[in-house]
Amino acid sequence: MTLQVELVSPERILYSGEADMVVCRTVAGGEVAFLTGHAPFLAALETGVVRVKTPGGEEVAAVHGGFVEVRDNRVIILSDVAELAKDIDVSRAERAKSEATGDDEDAVAARARAEARLNAAKRNS
Amino acid sequence: MASGQERVLRRRIKSIQSTKKITRAMELIAASRIVKAQQRVAAARPYSEQITAVMGNLAAGGAGLDHPLLQERDPVKKVGFIVISADRGLAGAYNSTVIRTGERALLAHQAEGRDYELTLSGKKAEGYFRYRDYRIGDAFSGYAEVPSYEDARKVARAAMERYERGSDEEGGTDQVELIYTRFLSMGTQKVVNVRLLPLEREAIEDAAAGGDGPQNAYEFEPEPAQILERLLPRYVEGRVFAAMLDAAASEQAARQRAMKAATDNAEELMKNLATVANKVRQAGITTEIMEIVGGAEALRMAKSGGKVDYFPETVLSRDILVDTLDRSGAFR
Repeated sequence: MTLQVELVSPERILYSGEADMVVCRTVAGGEVAFLTGHAPFLAALETGVVRVKTPGGEEVAAVHGGFVEVRDNRVIILSDVAELAKDIDVSRAERAKSEATGDDEDAVAARARAEARLNAAKRNS
Repeated sequence: MASGQERVLRRRIKSIQSTKKITRAMELIAASRIVKAQQRVAAARPYSEQITAVMGNLAAGGAGLDHPLLQERDPVKKVGFIVISADRGLAGAYNSTVIRTGERALLAHQAEGRDYELTLSGKKAEGYFRYRDYRIGDAFSGYAEVPSYEDARKVARAAMERYERGSDEEGGTDQVELIYTRFLSMGTQKVVNVRLLPLEREAIEDAAAGGDGPQNAYEFEPEPAQILERLLPRYVEGRVFAAMLDAAASEQAARQRAMKAATDNAEELMKNLATVANKVRQAGITTEIMEIVGGAEALRMAKSGGKVDYFPETVLSRDILVDTLDRSGAFR
């Protein structure tokens, strides 16, 4: 028995496939892992890394906000800004991180996004 | 000889021919882009379906529908309009239809004493409303053929921000209408005017009813109301994005049709002009023959001392006639 996972962005389905475990980070509760048979669950996601453990390896993505819905062994992750780790441009993310200095809301959010992208890319390699 | 008139006609035919080549190319390009645009519409559907489903589950899970984006305001003093047009023309009536629909809606509200605020997408809408001296709130352009979610987000944010401000503040609105061209099929596109804000509660209630109800109770994190607060803006952005994708597909379909009509027209025109040109050429040849015959006749008359000889022994030399006809192109 495996989980059916879909990672959906507004423009297309980024990833769709089977998985043994999905780990993501919710706004209120920190890291949450889903295994098969998880109770119905609906949460808002934090900017961070989503990990999908597949039978053959691991799929990593950076999401900047979004939602996760779990039901009947189906995990649907909706995120308006999401990138698969293999599509992330590391040097661009690093540049974004170094440019986002300051303490205002935008800079903090930009830094968090850049860090999430870098973390996702690092995990992937 | 080819008269001046004929030369002018031939030149026009040539110019129409090159115009036809261009319109034909544009027709083919548009046709291939419709397919791509349709694929983008289809690719965007899972997200909007899922986000609607999640919204329904939140409502079923007890998220109160008292979010500002869901509140009807009474009275509505100012209406915002999002008009989605193209950046480029040469798409038949595509731009003017959607722009006029927007303008009519605006004038209808104005007639009932409500003010307006325009949020425009696409160069054409901006040009139209600016030329007519309407007050433009926000204008976005440069992406109409291939809109990204980021583009839709900018437009949606601008409209939401004005809506949240409310009509009591400068530039705020109480209601937002979205005017765009819906892509129904390759042959049918329709301009629609839908209310974007406040969101229709019925849509959410329907989605909630379509869910599994309380027996499949969800665990929420954080509270449903807080999730809904994050989700509603995404939902609005998603709707604007879907509208933009539909508009982009409609634009290409309209352009393909317009360019096909232009190509057909060019062909028709070329055919007609070719007929006229041939007639002119024939008339030229006839005139020349008449001149030669007339000239030969005059010569003979002069030789015979002015007597008209109706039965000359030597007929006009056959060689001269053939030679003349050949030069004038009659055997071409």
